[in-house]
Amino acid sequence: MRFKAELMNAEEMRRALYRIAHEIVEANKGVEGLALVGIHTRGIPLAKRLSRFIQEFEGQEVPVGILDITLYRDDLSEIGHRPQVRETRIPFDLTNRAIVLVDDVLYTGRTARAALDALMDLGRPRRIYLAVLVDRGHRELPIRADFVGKNVPTAKNEVVKVKVAEVDGEDRVELWEKEEA
Amino acid sequence: MILIKNVNLVDAKGVRGPADVLVGEGRILSLEGGEASLVVDGSGKLLAPGFLDLHAHLREPGEEVKEDLASGLLAAVRGGYTDVVSMPNTRPPVDTPEAVRALKAKALRLGLARLHPGAALTVGQEGERLTQAGGLKEAGAVLLTDDGRTNEDAFILAAGLLQAAPLGLPVAVHAEDASLRRQGVMNDGPLAHRLGLPGNPPEAEAARIARDLEVLRYALRRSKATPRLHVQHLSTRRGVELIREARRAGLPVTAEATPHHLTLTEEALKGFDPIFKVAPPLRAEEDREALLEGLLDGTLTAIATDHAPHTQAEKERDLLRAPFGIPSLEVAFPLLYTELHLKRGFPLPRLVALFTDGPREVLGLRPLHLEEGAEASLVLLDPKEAPVEPARFASKARYSPWAGWVLAGWPVLTLVEGRVVHRVE
Amino acid sequence: MRHLLDFEGWSRADLESVLDTARVMREVLERPVKKVPALQGFTVATVFFEPSTRTRTSFELAARRMSADVVSFAAQSSSLQKGESYKDTLLTLEAMGVDAYVIRADAAGVPHQATRWVKGVVVNGGDGQRAHPTQALLDAYTLLEALGSLEGKKIAIVGDILHSRVARSGAELFSLLGAEVWCAGPPSLLPQSLPGARLTPSLEEALEEADAVMALRLQKERMEAGLINLEDYIARYQITERRLGLAKPQAPLLHPGPMNRDVELEGTLADSPRSLVNRQVQNGVAVRMAVLYHLLVGRER
Repeated sequence: MRFKAELMNAEEMRRALYRIAHEIVEANKGVEGLALVGIHTRGIPLAKRLSRFIQEFEGQEVPVGILDITLYRDDLSEIGHRPQVRETRIPFDLTNRAIVLVDDVLYTGRTARAALDALMDLGRPRRIYLAVLVDRGHRELPIRADFVGKNVPTAKNEVVKVKVAEVDGEDRVELWEKEEA
Repeated sequence: MILIKNVNLVDAKGVRGPADVLVGEGRILSLEGGEASLVVDGSGKLLAPGFLDLHAHLREPGEEVKEDLASGLLAAVRGGYTDVVSMPNTRPPVDTPEAVRALKAKALRLGLARLHPGAALTVGQEGERLTQAGGLKEAGAVLLTDDGRTNEDAFILAAGLLQAAPLGLPVAVHAEDASLRRQGVMNDGPLAHRLGLPGNPPEAEAARIARDLEVLRYALRRSKATPRLHVQHLSTRRGVELIREARRAGLPVTAEATPHHLTLTEEALKGFDPIFKVAPPLRAEEDREALLEGLLDGTLTAIATDHAPHTQAEKERDLLRAPFGIPSLEVAFPLLYTELHLKRGFPLPRLVALFTDGPREVLGLRPLHLEEGAEASLVLLDPKEAPVEPARFASKARYSPWAGWVLAGWPVLTLVEGRVVHRVE
Repeated sequence: MRHLLDFEGWSRADLESVLDTARVMREVLERPVKKVPALQGFTVATVFFEPSTRTRTSFELAARRMSADVVSFAAQSSSLQKGESYKDTLLTLEAMGVDAYVIRADAAGVPHQATRWVKGVVVNGGDGQRAHPTQALLDAYTLLEALGSLEGKKIAIVGDILHSRVARSGAELFSLLGAEVWCAGPPSLLPQSLPGARLTPSLEEALEEADAVMALRLQKERMEAGLINLEDYIARYQITERRLGLAKPQAPLLHPGPMNRDVELEGTLADSPRSLVNRQVQNGVAVRMAVLYHLLVGRER
C-alpha cells in the first residue's frame, strides 16, 4: 500500500472529538441516561476520550463499555481466516439508556449493523446513536452516523487509517492507496 | 507349445541365463528354444518356478462374500502362485474327507492355481476331538491345522502330531497363547498404550512356540515316524530365536513369515486404520529385523501370505471390532522383491526359494527347478515398476495396506503345468 | 488445526487462543440473551456411538448458543444395532449437510477414522480410553480461573489413571501449558508411562504442595475385573479433608463427573467451596463453544 495524504492531524482530531462530545450532549438534552460503547479496537479509546470531554464540560461521568462484534459479523462463513474473539464488557444496564456507539471509521455499515445486533442481545436501550471519527462513504446498508468527525469521500481502492495514541502511539488520520496487484 | 525367449532364470540354485525356454506337454522341453505357437519375449525379465503359498484363507465354503475359490485362485495366479494351501477355518470348517474332495474338485474345474486343501486338526476346530487324518490325506489334504483358532490343549496337539506322523502330514500351528493375548489388537508396548488400544504381547507367541516345541519333543519321543510341526506366521524376535535353537537341535520344525510382518511394523497403526489389524500383530522394528535374519540364515524356510480377505465394510469398523487379517496374494512377491531384494540386497535365489522350494519342502514335495524335463509351472516376472492398485485386484478384498506403493517384480505370465493361467499383454 | 482429535499438532499459542475465546463465551453465557449468531448456517452433529447424556448435552447446548443447527445421533436407538457402520452413519449425515461432527466411541481411533470419511470438521468427544480433549480444555479453563496461570503449578490427578482418557488428555494439555502433572493411583491402575506426567503409587507424594487436585471416577468394571479392591482404594486413595491438607491451602478440587460420593472423594468435600465441579460443567459449554468457533470459522468451505 502507498501513503497518499494526511486527512487529520492530532489537533484536528481533538477538535472534532470535542465537537462530537458537545453534539452528543445536545442531542440527548443533557447527560441523563447517556452511555458510550466503543467498538473494538479503536472505537474504545475514542469512546473513553469522549467520556472525558463530557466530564470536563458537564461535570458528570458518562459510563463507557467496550464491545467486540466478531461473533456478529455477517462474513464469518466466508472469510479465510479466523478473527480472535475479544472481550465485551458493558458495566451498566442498557435498559432505558441512550447508547452512543463509537467507532473510528464508517464505511460499508456492516460493523455498525453487527454492533446494533450485539447491543440488542445485551439489553434494550431506549435509543442508539452512532458516532464516528471519519465517514468515508460507500455504504452497503441503510446505516447513517448521527455524529461525524469528518466526511471524507474516498475511492474503493483507498484505505482510511485512523491512528490513536493509546493503540498506535500517535493521533493521525491517513489516506492510503492499495497498489495494483 | 510356448516359447519364452531371452529370459533370465532364477530358482533356488541361482540366477542364470539368458535362456530360451520351450514349454510343451506340461513340461520344460528345452532351455535352448524351439518352435512354438505362442512366443513371449522374456528380455529383461526373470523366469522362476511357480510359487506355492502355504497359508491362504479362501473363505469358501461359507464366507464367499469375502472371497471364494474363483476370486482367490485368480488372485493367486496373478501373484505368481501356481499352488495354494487353503486354510480350513471356513463355515463349516473343512474337517471331513468329503469337504476336502469338494474343494479340490471345484478348484480343478476352475483351472487356475492348484488347490491343496488344509484340513482341520480337530473336529469343527473346536480343539476337543481329532479329525480322521488318514481319510483327509487320502482326499487330498496336505496339512492339518486349527488355524483361525489357537491350540489351547497341549495333549490334543500332541495326539494330532502322533496321528499325522506316519501319514507324513505336517501339523501347522497358529502359535499364540490365547490367555496372554486376550483382546489385544496390536503389538503390546508403549505405542499400544499411547494409542489407547489393548495390546497382544510378543510373549504370547513366544510362550506358545516354546510349549509347542516341547510338545513336538514329546511326540518325537513317542513316535516311530517323524512328526512334523510347522509354525505359521512367525512374528517375534524371541520366536525366531526359539525356532533357530530348535532346528539346530535337530527338531523337525519349520516356520514361515508373512509379507506384512516383513515390511510393516506397529507404527502402521498410528493412523488407527484397521487395514493393519492382524494376528499375530505387526510388531516392532527389532522383530522385523530378526525375521529377516531368520530368512537369511535358514531358520525360516518359507514365505506364506496368510491371505486373509474381509469385506471393506468389516475393515472400516473400529479397531476393537474389525476382524483380523491382511490379504496379499497378488502383491506378495513384488513386495518382497522390491523391499527385500532391491532395497536391502536380499539374495534373489534365496528369496525365490522362500516362495518355492521352502514351502514345497514343508509339504514333503520335491523341489522344482528350471531344467529340462521339469514341470512347467512357472512365473515370468517383470522388473518394471508399477503402483499397487487394489481397485484392479482379482481378490474380492479390493484394499491393501500397500496401496500406492510402487513395486517391481510383477508377475506378467503364470503357467500351471504348461497352461497359461495369467497373462499381462 | 483442522480437527480436535487430541492435542497432537496443537501449539501452546493455539490452545491459549481457544481458552481466551472460551473466556468471551463465558461472558456470553452470563447475558440475558445467551446466544450469538457466529455459527448461524452451520450444522453440528453429535454422533455418540457410546452413550453419554452430559457430554452430548453440553456440546449441543454449545452449538445452539452459537446459533448453529444441531443434529443428534445416539447409538442405542439405532441403525448401528442393525449393522449400519460408523462410516454409513457419518456419510448419511454428511449428505444432509453437516459441517462438524462431535464423535464419541468406545474404541480408540474412531474420530481419526472419521476424518478419512467426511469432509467436515471432527471433534473428539471421547474415544475409548485414549483421549477426551474438550474435557481437558474445560478442566484447564477451570484451573486457570482458580489459579490464574498453570505455569509452574503442580496438578495432582488421582484414581484409575490407566483407563482414563480424562487423565491422559489432562496430562497432555496441562503440561503443554506449563504445569507439572502428577498422576497417582493403585499400582494395578497406573500405566507404565504417561506423556506429560509423573506417575506414583503414593497419594501423598502427588498431593504434597499440589496447587490443584483432580479426582477420577472409579468404574465398577475395574472392581469386577479384580483389578482393585474397593475398601483398599478408599483406605489409600480417597481424597479426604485430612489428605487435602497436604496440598496448598485452598487448592481447588475437580472431578470430571459423575462422582461416586465417598469413593473418590469424601462426601463432605464434594459440597465444599473448594470443589469446582459445578464450574467445570458451566465452563464445559463455554469451552465447547470456543472449540466449535475455532474449528468452523475461517476454514475453506
